[in-house]
Amino acid sequence: MSLRLQLRTRPEVPVEADALAPDRLQGLKTPEVESLPLIHGNENCVVGDFFAADGECNGELHLEGDLSRIKHLGSGMKSGTLHIHGDAGAHLGVGMSGGQVIVDGNAGDWVGPEMSGGRICVKGNAGHMVGAAYRGSPMGMTGGEIIIGGCARNELGHGMRNGLIAVGGDSGDFTGVNMLAGTIIVLGRLGLRPGASMKRGTIVTLHDSELLPTFSYACCFRPPFLGLYLLHLRQLDLAVADAHISGRYARWCGDSIELNRGEILLYKT
Amino acid sequence: MKIGDTEIDDTFAEAFKMWGARILITAENPDWALAAARSMTGFATSVIGCKCEAGIERELDTRETPDLRPGVSVLLFATDAEGLGKRLVERIGQCVMTCPTTACFSGLQGEKSLAVGGLLRFFGDGFQISKRLQGRRLWRIPVMDGEFLVDEKFGAQKAVGGGNLLLLGEDLPATLAAARSAVQAMRGVRGVILPFPDGVVRSGSKVGSRYKALIASTNDAYCPTLRAVATQTRLDPDVNCVLEIVIDGLDESAVREAMNVGLRAAARPGIRRISAGNYGGNLGQYHIHLRDLIKADAA
Repeated sequence: MSLRLQLRTRPEVPVEADALAPDRLQGLKTPEVESLPLIHGNENCVVGDFFAADGECNGELHLEGDLSRIKHLGSGMKSGTLHIHGDAGAHLGVGMSGGQVIVDGNAGDWVGPEMSGGRICVKGNAGHMVGAAYRGSPMGMTGGEIIIGGCARNELGHGMRNGLIAVGGDSGDFTGVNMLAGTIIVLGRLGLRPGASMKRGTIVTLHDSELLPTFSYACCFRPPFLGLYLLHLRQLDLAVADAHISGRYARWCGDSIELNRGEILLYKT
Repeated sequence: MKIGDTEIDDTFAEAFKMWGARILITAENPDWALAAARSMTGFATSVIGCKCEAGIERELDTRETPDLRPGVSVLLFATDAEGLGKRLVERIGQCVMTCPTTACFSGLQGEKSLAVGGLLRFFGDGFQISKRLQGRRLWRIPVMDGEFLVDEKFGAQKAVGGGNLLLLGEDLPATLAAARSAVQAMRGVRGVILPFPDGVVRSGSKVGSRYKALIASTNDAYCPTLRAVATQTRLDPDVNCVLEIVIDGLDESAVREAMNVGLRAAARPGIRRISAGNYGGNLGQYHIHLRDLIKADAA
């Protein structure tokens, strides 16, 4: 049986809810769940102050209501499924290493920062800093997948070291800034200055893009690896056409102020 | 035992433990995929002289390949996993990576994983790029037509090599026709290959030789020209040609099935007897009795 938490009271200020991860709630009874600590603004409170719990967590946790002010959901998750039937607040899936997070609505800033495994699927839009490194931290996500059905804002994949970030819509400025490795696929348009200071890694877009002068054109070709990625994204319900899979892409190498081993692939119709 | 007018010997094929891998080769069109597969499976008829046995399992539709391109499935067998790994690196490196437009993927999850792309990547001279997708690591090796994409590791599993049928015919045309027919039927079985030229071998061998340097020599008991001089000929007076079909498979059941369909396709006018090669049962771990194949089908 899965555990359902229904938001009863929308908080006035953000709530930090690190406790709400399916592997942490495994086997807990309803009263035990409702007594878990949360931080509401600068006050300590418990889950029961905001949520009505029903059921027992068998690895599946359902959260219902407008959770846009509930932060740190699924933090450090290692296994299980967290399904958010609505919007999610900032810092979703911080440092998670396994399991799956599904958000039916939109997510705030900092989706999956520094995560190392598992998958986060946001069906709507996401805010800034998806899969990014925290300020002062050497690297962002090191593994796993973040799939955004809608658009994402600035600094998507900042400092990412490995893994996959896919965006169904557009991404904001500085997509893949300081990227160390990994793959970012944006089906829509890239914002300004994609790949700035990237060392390695791949940024793909299905549209043309204005690139920094520190990127150099290499060739136009069909990257065989990309077909595998795009097929995978199609299975995850992103709108990938056959033409994108079999199409040709212009390869731009950069950023030459760094290692110059990164690449931006622009789809050519 | 008989199928039609063809006598079926009450004997067995003696097959051996091997290690096998399935290699999926994709390319821009079926011709290039096939070109790579043919190159990779060349000079791979017998472990005795080629260190491995390989063949094309089947051609793959675009819906069956990892990258939606046309492909070919190849099976490669060797006597041990270490040898299999070496052969994979040699043959994928020299025959698939060299072929325009190809990519190469592991086609099975085996008991062991063998480093292939993980070694071939060094050809990239530092320009190679690693990609990880769903727990799988791939290498992108820059080549002159773009990139060669290859799985870092290939799965390998215990397999069965040396299933066989001996077709004893009245003359060459009848035996060739029966062999062709059997090969065509056996190629419809998944998980097997027939490593010899077009599936057929005429130089069947026995263990040992009068020459010390050789571990195998001509199977004089089945050579029609030696009927009068061989110490233990197995040929009836009206048999003037013998052809053999050797089968390697990913498991025993696949080899059995291939032998079964081959047996039935080859039993036809002009084929006096169908037999199978063995070494008295002392060498091979698998004994596939022809009578069991016939009984299983009757049941």
